[in-house]
Amino acid sequence: MTMEARECCRIGIVDYGLGNLFSIQQGVIRSGMQPFISSNAHQLASADGVILPGVGAFGDAMEALRQCDLIDPLKDFAKSGKPVMGVCLGMQLMMEESVEFGRHQGLGLFPGTVERLTPNVEIGDRYKVPHIGWSHIQPPGGSTAAKVGVPVRWCGTLLDGLSAGEYVYFVHTFRVGNTTPEAILATTTYGGDTYCSAIERDNVSAFQFHPEKSGAVGLRIYQNFATRVALSVLGDSGSAGMRSNSML
Amino acid sequence: MTTRIIARLDIKGPNLVKGVHLEGLRVLGKPWAFAKHYTEQGIDELIYMDAVASLYDRNGLLDFVERTAREIFVPITVGGGIRTLEDITAALKVGADKVAINTAAIKNPELINRAARRYGTSTIVVSIEAQQCASGRYECFIENGRQSTGKDVVEWAMEVAERGAGEILLTAVHREGTGNGFDIDLIREVDNAVTVPVIASGGAGEVAHVVDALRGGGVTAIAIASMFHYGALNGQVLRPEDFSEEGNISFLRSGVIGYRAKAISVDALKGELTAQGISCRRLPSVEAQT
Repeated sequence: MTMEARECCRIGIVDYGLGNLFSIQQGVIRSGMQPFISSNAHQLASADGVILPGVGAFGDAMEALRQCDLIDPLKDFAKSGKPVMGVCLGMQLMMEESVEFGRHQGLGLFPGTVERLTPNVEIGDRYKVPHIGWSHIQPPGGSTAAKVGVPVRWCGTLLDGLSAGEYVYFVHTFRVGNTTPEAILATTTYGGDTYCSAIERDNVSAFQFHPEKSGAVGLRIYQNFATRVALSVLGDSGSAGMRSNSML
Repeated sequence: MTTRIIARLDIKGPNLVKGVHLEGLRVLGKPWAFAKHYTEQGIDELIYMDAVASLYDRNGLLDFVERTAREIFVPITVGGGIRTLEDITAALKVGADKVAINTAAIKNPELINRAARRYGTSTIVVSIEAQQCASGRYECFIENGRQSTGKDVVEWAMEVAERGAGEILLTAVHREGTGNGFDIDLIREVDNAVTVPVIASGGAGEVAHVVDALRGGGVTAIAIASMFHYGALNGQVLRPEDFSEEGNISFLRSGVIGYRAKAISVDALKGELTAQGISCRRLPSVEAQT
C-alpha cells in the first residue's frame, strides 16, 4: 500500500457534540489519511471511511445523532461497504440496544446489548467502575486460544499485526454483551468480567478502548484502518479491495 | 488489575515547576521535554496542572496540551483553572481526555453534575487537595492548597462521586513535594469510601512509598512528580535548550538537586514494582534496554 493512496483517503469523523475528536483526528493524520469533522449527512456520505467516536451517555448520544439526522445515513454508510470504525461509546451505539439509564435503541449494526460492567467483588474491591486504565486484549476462544504471539483471528482485521495480550487504554462504565460470537474480535477481562472489547464484521469494526490513546499499539490500528480504506477506494475503481485486504 | 503510573507535571507559564506543599515553586525546565521522555519510557497517563491558574485566571496551558495531543498518544488530564463548562470544552477541544476540577467544584458543586452529564462521568476528575488538621481530621483546601474550606475530605469524596465524578485525584498537600511518603491512612479512607478510582498523589520519595500506597492504601493509580522529574534531570536526557531563561533555575545550574526524593525513571520504577509482584504495563522496547 503506497502512502499516496492513503493521502487521497478522506475520513469523516462524526461530530454530534460528544467525544475527543482532536485525538482521533491526530490518529487519522498520523496514519496518512485526511480527516474532516462533520455532522452533515451528505458530507459524511462522501467520505471514504467514517469514524464514530463518543463519550458520555448512550441515550444522549443517540438523541444527538437523531437531531443531526445521522441515524439512517450512518446505517446506509455501513451498508455501502465502505470502512466504518467505532470508538468507545461509538462501539456501544452500533449495538441493538442499551440498558444505560433506561432502554435505548442503538444503530443495530451488530446484534447485542450494552450493559453495565460487573466486576466480581469476590475477586477484590480494587476493581472500581468506571474501568479506567490499560488492560489486555485477547483473541476470543477462552483458554483454548493462544494467549501469546500473533493470533490467526486477527489477520486481515484491524488488529492485524498485534500480539495477543497487548495493552490498550480503556475508560468506560458500560460494555457490550450478548453479541454474535463470530463478530467478536477481542475480549478483555476486568475483575472477572470478560467482555467483547473489539468487534468486526466485514467493513464495520469497533473498539471499546481508545486506539488513539493506546500509544504505538493503537496507532497500528489506525494504520490498518487506513490500509483498509485505501484498498476499498482502489477496489471501487478496480478489483474488490476488502477481499484483497483480508487475504494479505 | 494493572497499576497506572501517572506523571504529574505542575506547570507555571512556560515552565515545569515543583514545589513543597504546592508552594515555593522551582523551575525544572520546559515541560515538553519531560512529557516526551516519560512517554518514551512507557508512562500510563499524564496530568498537567496549571499551578497558578486558579489564582490569576490564566489558561495558558492549552497550547501545551494541544502540542502533546498532536505528538503523544496517551491519556492527558488537565487541571488548574477549570471553572466553567466552557473551560472544559476548551480543554477537550485541544486534546485533553479528562479535566481535573477542585476550586470550582467546591464553590459550585452542581458544576460536577452538569459536566458529568454533558461530557460523561469518565471525563470528569475531581481533584481534592487534602491537609491533615491538628485534630487528625482531613480537610479540603482550594486555590492550590492555600485556602481552607472546612469540608471533610471523605465526605466530599463521597459527594463528588455521587454527583458524577468518574475519578478522584487525591493530593496530600502536607506530604506533597516532601519525598516522605504518601499519607496511607488518607488514601485508604478515601479509596474505601468511593466506588470510583482514586489516584494517590503527594509524597512519593522512593519505590517503597509507591508499594505502600498500592498495597496499604488500596489504590491502583499513583501520580508521581519529583521522583520522575529528578530522574529525568539526573539521567541527563534533557539538553540545555530544554530549559528556559525564565524563573529561578540557578539551582539547576549549580548542579545541586538537594532533594529527598530518589530519582528514578518510569520504566525502572515499573520494573521494580513488577519484581514485587505488582502488575505494570511496560514497553517491550524500553524493557529490553534495562
